Amino acid sequence: MNVFRFMWHNHGQVMDLTLEHLRLVGFSTLFAMIIGIPLGIVIAHRPRFNKPVLASANIIQTIPSLALFGFLLPVPWLGERSDRLAILALTLYALLPIIRNSFTGIRGVDAAVVEAGRGMGLTESQLLFQVELPLAASVILSGVRVAVVISVGLATIAAAIGAGGLGEFIYSGLAMVDNTVILAGAIPAALLALVADFGVGWLERRLAPR
Amino acid sequence: MQPAATPVIEFRDVSYRVAGTQVLSGFNLLVEGGETVVLLGRSGSGKTTSLKLVNRLVTPTSGEVLVKGVPNGDGDLIRLRRSIGYVIQDVGLFPHFTVERNIGLVPKIEGWSEERIRARTQELLHMVGLDPEIASRYPNQLSGGQRQRVGVARALAADPEILLMDEPFGALDPLTRDELQREFLLLQQRLHKTVVFVTHDLREALRLGGRIALMEAGRLVTVLSPGEFLQSTDPLASAYVRAFGEGLESAANRGTS
Repeated sequence: MNVFRFMWHNHGQVMDLTLEHLRLVGFSTLFAMIIGIPLGIVIAHRPRFNKPVLASANIIQTIPSLALFGFLLPVPWLGERSDRLAILALTLYALLPIIRNSFTGIRGVDAAVVEAGRGMGLTESQLLFQVELPLAASVILSGVRVAVVISVGLATIAAAIGAGGLGEFIYSGLAMVDNTVILAGAIPAALLALVADFGVGWLERRLAPR
Repeated sequence: MQPAATPVIEFRDVSYRVAGTQVLSGFNLLVEGGETVVLLGRSGSGKTTSLKLVNRLVTPTSGEVLVKGVPNGDGDLIRLRRSIGYVIQDVGLFPHFTVERNIGLVPKIEGWSEERIRARTQELLHMVGLDPEIASRYPNQLSGGQRQRVGVARALAADPEILLMDEPFGALDPLTRDELQREFLLLQQRLHKTVVFVTHDLREALRLGGRIALMEAGRLVTVLSPGEFLQSTDPLASAYVRAFGEGLESAANRGTS
């Protein structure tokens, strides 16, 4: 129970690092959604592009995270601030599940429903916003949920390049060979992942089509 | 009807080819205002494609389709589609909308007032024989027959002159189908829409059609009235009559009983 005593004594720092962590995950997920959802929709409508886009996102996913942080360090503007860099790297990792689920979600909408809508005279944007997106929403959100959970874990590695977050405790703990400090970073990170998983999962069920 | 009236729908030498397959070749057909023309044929005969040519879900490779005398590729596509009611076999009701929103969708995007939409929805539910109480339900809470009725109500919502129906009763059990066919006839007696109805069921064609357009392998074989169809010496028509067996005359007598 040393861990909790440690966390209590350093509660200010725990809070700060947790907020930093949330910031990294929040921004990267947001950016990944802004890029990934439209991209997923486009490739669902233009099957020609789906292979190259999904393959690229897949390749990004296979780059070891520590290496990706390292690769991005020399990039101007980005390298100046390690949190920018961390957010970019996390965004890249979050893309695959979001693109893939947006693609699958839109593709999964009953063709008869879309055809009926088109035949009734809905414009393409009315079809997208009133029919396809609402029906695909829960599938898209489950991609977001996977992305968030991955990001919460990955963001701990961002501390290696000085981007802050709960990884700071983990790295200091590793350096000091002190499990208490490692756990002070790992436990809140795990809790964050659980809360995010539950929260987005709840939203996903709310938006599930009947 | 004046003999000189423009046909509501006219197929002019329409062909449609996709991915190397000739789906429709040299298709010519006139549909007059207020009549029900049934496109009868087996799967792959091109009947559904013909229907989709009317609201331009399909664009002809050659030839043209005229709606109220105007080639349907000329004007605003969205306007064209909103002026044509469309009912398909899988109904295609929006699963995330209530019955009321499904029916009121086109009126809503056309900018009708909430009040007017509500009144229209109630009127339509009544017209297709549904309890107005189901307005707040979702499609998955309805039976197949109820869903199909909602589909018809939705197609009628903005009071289109033309109704396209693609095997609307195909997936229903025989009793419900019979009920809906009967109601369709009663409805049509009141509304006099111009209807193009696709089916592969000869009995349904005889019962509902003013004229039957028999199709095979992307070609129009012949156009006959139900009475003529039964007497026809056309090999395909008589093959149909034989395949469906006894009791067709009563269907052709348009029994609403």
